[in-house]
Amino acid sequence: MSTQNEADQQPDSATAHGTADPLQILDADGTVLSNATVPDLSDGDLIAMYEDIKLARRFDQRAISLQRQGRIATYAPMTGQEGAQVATGYALAAQDWLLPTYREHAAKYVHGMDLASLLKPLCGLREGYAIPDDVNVMPEYIPIATQVPQATGMAWGKQRQGETDTAVLCHFGDGATSEGDFHEGLNFAGVFDVPTVFVCNNNQWAISVPREHQTASETIAQKAAAYGIEGVRVDGLDPLAVYAVTRAALQKAKNPADDERRPTLIEAVQYRYGAHTTADDPSTYREEDEAEDWREKDPLDRMQNFLTNRGLLDDDLEAEIDERIETQLTEAVESVEAATTDPATMFDHVYDVLPARLREQRAELESLREKYGDDAFHEVLE
Amino acid sequence: MSSKSPDESTTPRDSQTESATETMNLVEAVRHALHTEMARNERVMVLGEDVAENGGVFRATAGLLESFGGERVVDTPLAESGIVGTAIGLAMTEMRPVAELQFMGFAYPAFDQLVSHAARMRSRSHGQYTVPMVVRAPYGGGIRAPEHHSESKEAFFVHEPGLKVVVPSTPADAKGLLIASIRDPDPVVFLEPKLVYRAFREDVPTDAYGTPLGEASIRREGSDVTVYTWGAMVHPTLIAADNVADEDGIDVEVVDLRTLSPLDVETVVDSFEKTGRAVIVHEAPKTAGLGAEIAATIQEEALLHQEAPISRVAGYDVPMPLHELEDYYLPQALRIQEGIREAVSF
Repeated sequence: MSTQNEADQQPDSATAHGTADPLQILDADGTVLSNATVPDLSDGDLIAMYEDIKLARRFDQRAISLQRQGRIATYAPMTGQEGAQVATGYALAAQDWLLPTYREHAAKYVHGMDLASLLKPLCGLREGYAIPDDVNVMPEYIPIATQVPQATGMAWGKQRQGETDTAVLCHFGDGATSEGDFHEGLNFAGVFDVPTVFVCNNNQWAISVPREHQTASETIAQKAAAYGIEGVRVDGLDPLAVYAVTRAALQKAKNPADDERRPTLIEAVQYRYGAHTTADDPSTYREEDEAEDWREKDPLDRMQNFLTNRGLLDDDLEAEIDERIETQLTEAVESVEAATTDPATMFDHVYDVLPARLREQRAELESLREKYGDDAFHEVLE
Repeated sequence: MSSKSPDESTTPRDSQTESATETMNLVEAVRHALHTEMARNERVMVLGEDVAENGGVFRATAGLLESFGGERVVDTPLAESGIVGTAIGLAMTEMRPVAELQFMGFAYPAFDQLVSHAARMRSRSHGQYTVPMVVRAPYGGGIRAPEHHSESKEAFFVHEPGLKVVVPSTPADAKGLLIASIRDPDPVVFLEPKLVYRAFREDVPTDAYGTPLGEASIRREGSDVTVYTWGAMVHPTLIAADNVADEDGIDVEVVDLRTLSPLDVETVVDSFEKTGRAVIVHEAPKTAGLGAEIAATIQEEALLHQEAPISRVAGYDVPMPLHELEDYYLPQALRIQEGIREAVSF
């Protein structure tokens, strides 16, 4: 889970303009680049990071399969993006806040949500949105870019209350950078100097619209200049590089060397291998082989090679990890499929105290269920 | 700037004329209407997220890019306020934009453009500038969609003077009403019931007809009670009407409003004067939904014909639940039947 190492990889100063090549630590086959420094993570953390990336990939495969079988509803796949999600999660301290989109399943998991909670909303169960008291994750944001000004506001609030060791990190996609909320959120953050880390998971496609049709900017990171904050580009398929730049940004947000707490815009350059959601068919708008170039830089393979080269990973450990992952996933799916929900719960949590009119509506629903049984509610259209 | 020109008037299809037909579902009828009107009028443009290359997330605009090219079928950046604001600008320069918002639940960033500008450009410019545009958005629940994808918030738009709000319930109406909306000189919010998109097919005339806005349709004639509804709720209402006819001998009239603004007060009132009883069915939350407006209108216009309290069968006043509970939230035939029986047994 989250770690608190202080020796952080500082991004190259050229990236401050937001147009440099994406920062890398691992090359495409997982070898450490000659001019790069591996972040100061323990061997255990490096292996755990790999395991979480692998779990994320298996979760994704499982979720897609469950959707195909009609066992869960529309799902937003993350394969290709697990490395960046897990790495930003590892960079966060437990007290930091995460504002995820509907695709950040792995980031939420790393920051403390359990697998069953991730699956429940996909099974139509709002109970999955219940956030444990000790987990600083907001419910997933489905409208686009709405989390950006909220992240600024939360960071502002923490700062006002003197919580100087707390930062707020929000994820969003390349498409979100077109929405007004993106611009307003970054502008406020720059004006009020709030400790926010904005992470754009630039996966090249906003459903069917390619990045170059989303913005005429050369990069997304360079947009930061318009708001007077730093923009950094990082290879989003390099978990160690994403970890390093996110740690540096969080450091700058919380406890900067020059005492000036500042927000950062990180552009994690990556690719969505699969569909936008299980309701989408990418073959209508992009070439099948486009993903292949990106797959050569796959975050899971890179971490696997990196750990093997370091002598930290062998077949036995791999088998152990696989077994743990399968057990976790099976247990999560079983527990979610066994879960039921009482229809009256739709009236819960709408207000602190349920108004009289809503109490009447709940009573009406209950009396209809008693009178006719639940099956009568499911007779639709036919 | 843009104003009504002769070819823009809505020509109701002459029912006496034999016209070729094609069997279509509702989403195909939407596509057919866009195709028909774009072929007729080169000023018609389609813009929105994923509408071109991908043909729309529901495939409502599939094939338009191939037929009309990238200048007229445009994938925009992901920005609802940008889409609607740009469409307003296009409309003010004699273009006829049809903007797609992917889901009604994502219309809110564009709300300012719609209510502050599209709705009142005509009045603010004392009639000098007009905004002849259509904003299309799928709405409503029942398809196991994720959160924010199942909203039915038509009342937000109906509440705004200057906007027209249209909700078809059948393929033939979807085509006729969409063509009429594109030709209409005022801004139209065109809400498509996605539960009905592929639910059934019917014969749809292939000519370029417009179904006049502002006219309700009587889907079922009856004498005991009137049920007022629209969009996706028309269908469970018709099932409920058949059920209570079979089981209780109740003769239900079903009025499909089709245009929510301006409301067809004449048809609403005439039907109530005939039956003396009203049930209003909508999937939007009950409080301050359009049902309240219809009930108040009936009270104002036809109080002396009233035989029973006017009742509403509506969504509950809770956020639309995730799909496991949406059957309990949406008015199904069961709840509609209960409402009808109560109105009649008063």
